[in-house]
Amino acid sequence: MSQTNTSEMLHKEYWDLTYISGPLVFLKNGDRFPTGAILDVHLATGEVRQGQILEATKTHAVLQLLQGTRGVDIQGTSVSLKADAARVACSVDVIGRRFNGTGIPIDGLPPIVPEKELEIVGSAINPVSRNAPNDFIETGISTIDGFNTLVRGQKLPIFLGSGLPGNEIANMIVQNAGTKGDDTPFVTVFAAMGITARETQYFLRSFEEGGKGSQVVAFINQADDPAIERLFAPRCALTVAEYLAFEKGYQVLVVLTDLTNYCDALRQISSAREEIPGRRGYPGYMYTDLSSIYERAGRIHGKPGSVTQIPMLTMPDDDITHPIPDLTGYITEGQIVLSRPLHRQGIFPPVDLLPCLSRLMNNGIGKNRTQPWHREWSNQLYAAYAEGQRIKKLMAIVGEDALTEQDKKYLRFSNAFEAQMIGQQFERRTIEETFKIGWRLLGHLPKSELTRIKREVVDEFYVAIEDQSDPTPPIKTQIENA
Amino acid sequence: MAVTEQQKVGTLVRISGPMIEADGMHGVTMGEILRVGKLGLMGEVIRIEGEKVYAQVFESTEGMFLGEEVVATGVPLSVELGPGLLGATFDGIQRPLITLQQSSGDFIGRGLTAVALDRTRKWQFTPTVKAGDAVQGGDIIGTVPETKAIEHKILVPPGVKGVIATIAAAGEYVVEDVIATLQDGAPLKLYHKSPVKQPRPVHKVLPPTEPFLTRQRVLDMLFPIAKGGSAIVPGGFGAGKTVVEQSMSKYSNAQIIVYVGCGERGNEMAEVLTEFPELIDPNTGDSLMNRTILVVNTSNMPVAARDASVYTGITLAEYYRDQGYDVALMADSTSRWAEALREISSRLEEMPGEEGYPTYLSERIAAFYERCGNVITIGSHTSTDTPRKGSLTAVGAVSPPGGDFSEPVTQTSMRVSGALWALDAALAYRRHYPSLNWNKSYSLYFDGLKGWFDENAPQGWIMRRQQAATLLQRETELQDIVQLVGPDALQDQERLILEVARMIREIFLQQSAFSENDAACQLPKTFGLLEMILVYKEECERAIHREIALNRITAVPLREDIARMKEEPNDGFTEKKDAMLEKIKQVLGGLEAK
Repeated sequence: MSQTNTSEMLHKEYWDLTYISGPLVFLKNGDRFPTGAILDVHLATGEVRQGQILEATKTHAVLQLLQGTRGVDIQGTSVSLKADAARVACSVDVIGRRFNGTGIPIDGLPPIVPEKELEIVGSAINPVSRNAPNDFIETGISTIDGFNTLVRGQKLPIFLGSGLPGNEIANMIVQNAGTKGDDTPFVTVFAAMGITARETQYFLRSFEEGGKGSQVVAFINQADDPAIERLFAPRCALTVAEYLAFEKGYQVLVVLTDLTNYCDALRQISSAREEIPGRRGYPGYMYTDLSSIYERAGRIHGKPGSVTQIPMLTMPDDDITHPIPDLTGYITEGQIVLSRPLHRQGIFPPVDLLPCLSRLMNNGIGKNRTQPWHREWSNQLYAAYAEGQRIKKLMAIVGEDALTEQDKKYLRFSNAFEAQMIGQQFERRTIEETFKIGWRLLGHLPKSELTRIKREVVDEFYVAIEDQSDPTPPIKTQIENA
Repeated sequence: MAVTEQQKVGTLVRISGPMIEADGMHGVTMGEILRVGKLGLMGEVIRIEGEKVYAQVFESTEGMFLGEEVVATGVPLSVELGPGLLGATFDGIQRPLITLQQSSGDFIGRGLTAVALDRTRKWQFTPTVKAGDAVQGGDIIGTVPETKAIEHKILVPPGVKGVIATIAAAGEYVVEDVIATLQDGAPLKLYHKSPVKQPRPVHKVLPPTEPFLTRQRVLDMLFPIAKGGSAIVPGGFGAGKTVVEQSMSKYSNAQIIVYVGCGERGNEMAEVLTEFPELIDPNTGDSLMNRTILVVNTSNMPVAARDASVYTGITLAEYYRDQGYDVALMADSTSRWAEALREISSRLEEMPGEEGYPTYLSERIAAFYERCGNVITIGSHTSTDTPRKGSLTAVGAVSPPGGDFSEPVTQTSMRVSGALWALDAALAYRRHYPSLNWNKSYSLYFDGLKGWFDENAPQGWIMRRQQAATLLQRETELQDIVQLVGPDALQDQERLILEVARMIREIFLQQSAFSENDAACQLPKTFGLLEMILVYKEECERAIHREIALNRITAVPLREDIARMKEEPNDGFTEKKDAMLEKIKQVLGGLEAK
């Protein structure tokens, strides 16, 4: 059975199984394998599965089986060392290919001839090597470009609720992100974790239709694939992304979906290991674990490439304080949050602007990038929209008649803002168009209210709504005739 | 019993994440540093059971085999203290990140060793003692100009006492050079080592009497803390904790800043490293980086090193305090440190306390904040009339899950720190920054600082502060009524309060960290902005008494003029303010009832 090559020692088989629980198998004699090692598990049926050593003590080792433990028995199953750590094959040939969650091709094409086999765990980028992100990415979405600017090397998640069109937004970002007069090569790395076949199809088809199909590397773990592989898929994807960005000079956009499934897989392993559960049963180290994914974004001094991450997650019950969005928000550089009420009103993209944030926005905007007054303009619109939302709630209680004249102006502003600024349907907007719409909307408010913007800027751009020639221009939509 | 070197070597018997167990170890002490495995990873002893020793390892343990060797080093986790710390960036165990970059490239490898202080760099040493002088721990034996503006005092390490036998002449030395010997033969160098988990001794703790000025209006006016005090900044994600901590690092009146990035973002650190060298230290005019020490353990760096990073940071801060400086420590975020404690505790299978945190969490947090203080440092100067004073101020960010302040880390930290700067996501959503919730925040230092403000701040500071606080409180009450009956139901007097409170919020409390003229606000401007709003209110009240309708009063376009004053620079603000006060009085005073 063992292969007749020089690494025969590596392939020595052990019949060491003592205990099986959930996805975990316990082995006797834990000192044979290092932690993190990948083992081949030979079932009596001849089937071979893979597992990873999670913990080793003198008396036993804990092995997690990637393809699950169904059909594994204690007597008839043996294990052998496959590799000292989980690795993924890296080469520029991965571009355009499809893999499963552990990096095995599923597109029917032959395996990759690797230029390097890199450990998927990855190491932390030395903070002094990091180049602070500052290249503006124009996504064509007003709520992002104008108010929560995405920059290269950032990690900006999308928080969605079940049934909200997060995939469409992610796709819009992918379709537009490689632009802006830059000729460095661009590639999208896509990692699917436990999503449905329908969603996978949507992404792959949309990438292809947008002309990005050949520039996509996909690691796909679908809902019916083994849950444990979900822990590997994002790491394989990010290892390949880092390789393409920092060794081959690509601008890499990594789309990870859905982190909620990833966290559930993490919880599954944790509970099988009988660890003390934290909030909602998720393990206490989930923050650390998630950061080992999210922190793998950025740029490095002296290297042209970058890794930008768009992780997506479903907020269970639309609850932003749920541990998954909560811990994510503490690690990522902002968040885009979707709103169910806006979605019901038919506004696309239904971005719930108030809780959205881009921490790196300042690095991507301002003089020589967008406009010197971009930050003030955005803050002014934000504050006015928030005021409008407050008044809307107030009106629901006290009625419109009890509002002051000024309150009513804010209310009108805020309704127009939702319809015209947030709602853009599938139209792709340049940042200049977004600015123009913003100034038009500010015309709903008295000029004296715009104290967040410098006076000379207000003087230059402000036109009261009464004086605007075309206060409500139609919004182009590409789906009108669809 | 004598312990031979042989016995201090054990073997690895269990690996569990950042924790290991080693068997066959004798004579190791709690807190001792071990070298683990072939790579020699650093670990710290956290439990001893007979010959079995448990340790937390400051680097990733992946790929290690059981049976590998574990060696005790005999010393606790320590840092090197000497010239060359300012401007440097260290990881949690004081390895300079720039050295790690040279040895392992852009990604941090494992098992790397690196000394904290450059052994080859020469420093210009000037002795301040002579042979025959009696010295004791804390005494200055000479000075080194560490940066253009900051003189590094070479201290006799705590606990050392004797008479100087030899002292080096003025000249250039490296940190390893012996620059003095005591009569008992003990050598003194430009640096010494200090264990991090033990506070450096002080002679006496003084009551805090001077404010730690942050140049943030809401903090300096409403919730000031003292030099030597402590504050916590809790807030959900996106509330702006990091911007608050960074603004303080940039503009506060501390002489030295130690910034601990504990379990936070790598890109944020990159931002600091890009930005700080370009910025100017407000006290000295030198580069801001030259008053700053960064201790960085990003969230994807090993978890146990988060615990170390907090202690490393505060020990470095204490060392500059001992030299007589006002030092501020920024810890972002202490919650990540607490989580590291939780993770290690759970691996030790200790009985968990609240939310899985170990029961000793509050003890650790209390001990950390108690290392702050306004002190007389140790040394023979304490018997003179001008003892050397220094202070250590700490501001700890807290990241409560779900933004809920009832969780253990926030609650424990609140009990032991002197001020709560509560950040509020709802304010951040409106882009009200700093998003400090004025109803929830407090400072226990204000009473002790009244004397200082009376003497040094613009006249009327304390009165105006009280008026502002009262107005904000009145607004909260009135808003409750508005929620029920609408704003139209209020009297003019009450509507004026709402209008003025809104001005206080928008003009005074909000401050843009990204605006050139607004990011740092000196006391005269802080006071001036508030004074204008309150004088405006007083004049409006007079007009109401003259039976002029509020609508007419607020239609006078003064509000925008006052708001625009924010854009004025600190220099010459008072004159512009006085002119504006005149204008307010004139315009509103000139209104007549129809």
